[in-house]
Amino acid sequence: MGALDISFFNADLVSKFLWNGFVFSIQLTLVAMAGGILIGTLLALMRLSGRAWLALPAAAYVNTMRSVPLVMVILWFFLLIPFVTGRPLGAEWSAIITFTLFEAAYYSEIMRAGIQSVSRGQVHAGNALGLSYAQTMRLIILPQAFRNMLPVLLTQTIILFQDTSLVYAIGAYDLLKGFETAGKNFNRPVEAYLLAAAVYFVICYSLSSVVKQLQAKIAIVR
Amino acid sequence: MNFRWEWDVFLRDTGGGETYFHWMISAWGWTLTVAACSWVIAILFGSVIGTLRTTPSRWFTRLGNAWVELFRNIPLLVQIFIWYHVIPSLYKPLQEVPSFILVVFALGFFTSARVAEQVRAGIQSLPGGQRYAGLAMGLTLPQTYRFVLLPMALRIVVPPLTSESMNIIKNSSVAFAVSISELTLFALQAQEETSRGIEVYLAVTGLYMLTAFAVNRVMAFIEQRVRVPGTVGSEH
Repeated sequence: MGALDISFFNADLVSKFLWNGFVFSIQLTLVAMAGGILIGTLLALMRLSGRAWLALPAAAYVNTMRSVPLVMVILWFFLLIPFVTGRPLGAEWSAIITFTLFEAAYYSEIMRAGIQSVSRGQVHAGNALGLSYAQTMRLIILPQAFRNMLPVLLTQTIILFQDTSLVYAIGAYDLLKGFETAGKNFNRPVEAYLLAAAVYFVICYSLSSVVKQLQAKIAIVR
Repeated sequence: MNFRWEWDVFLRDTGGGETYFHWMISAWGWTLTVAACSWVIAILFGSVIGTLRTTPSRWFTRLGNAWVELFRNIPLLVQIFIWYHVIPSLYKPLQEVPSFILVVFALGFFTSARVAEQVRAGIQSLPGGQRYAGLAMGLTLPQTYRFVLLPMALRIVVPPLTSESMNIIKNSSVAFAVSISELTLFALQAQEETSRGIEVYLAVTGLYMLTAFAVNRVMAFIEQRVRVPGTVGSEH
């Protein structure tokens, strides 16, 4: 192979091969983040509820998810979802469900740490004001926990974005697959992989710089 | 639902003169080998890079930061593709190198960025006075690191390294993408050949969990042995 040649990379190629994959990667990241934080917060509340019948299943779920490689989880769901729904769901939908449920385990650990970082006096204050447990959590504890943990939640989201490339295992069409397909079509796989690495790097590096600034901002306020 | 277990799938012949059970065990061996070799690279490079980032030299710090940002901000799968597809075609002699070695470097360098972060944090968690004390005693900077800072810092970072060691087992699964015959690739291929996905996946998942648990125990033992007396974690 001769020197690198990225002249094949033009607007036409972007719209034909990359755009769909890019949109899917972003969609997957955003849906899994929103769903993951929601379910993760519920799991964290279950674990901290002090009731064994709530805490134990939540702990078992989180620990199981965290001890299995993501690729295996992706394969598991791809295999099991048709069993449950009775018909194949397609790699893209399967990926969305998998990532939401998988990331929930990781977000739940972050939210648990966040809730535990709020001082106990806040709970007492809520009780003293006559708020119920649910009200104390929703109005007093969770907003603070969420705020304290915002940088960590966003860092986890950057990791999630990188991990979306693993849908390769079930053949879903994401950003990486877009680059790979373009590379095959133009017979320029080397350049395609290098460009893919560059695009992922630019996105993740800029996001993590934003998180760093946010962290500094939050630290000043406190 | 009329599902029936067929665990005898593991006794079936793969067509190559061995059973699926044999194949799975050898795949497990590959998973362990990839993870272990990558771990050695990650610890070596991670310690050096992490240490460089705490030195007063601006260029060393920049080099360390660039290393960490580069390997942390590109997905592991993309890094593996770069090592497997790109680097050998840019540097021909590497085409002779078995893909196993390339994957080990990919996973090792990827993890080294995380280890470097932990090592840097470990060194920076030491009181600044230790460095000054070392220098005031007339030790050179390398001697201060060798005799004062690193012996403490490397013991402090063992607990975070436990989770990195378990991560490296999990991350080795990504090697399936470049046809390393490890557990995940076994799971994919055996599932396709036998259509007994649930049994195959359960066995593979069990092996991953067993491995992660074993690593956890070994690291807990090391943690106990190297714990710094007088710190919160120690019993004495």
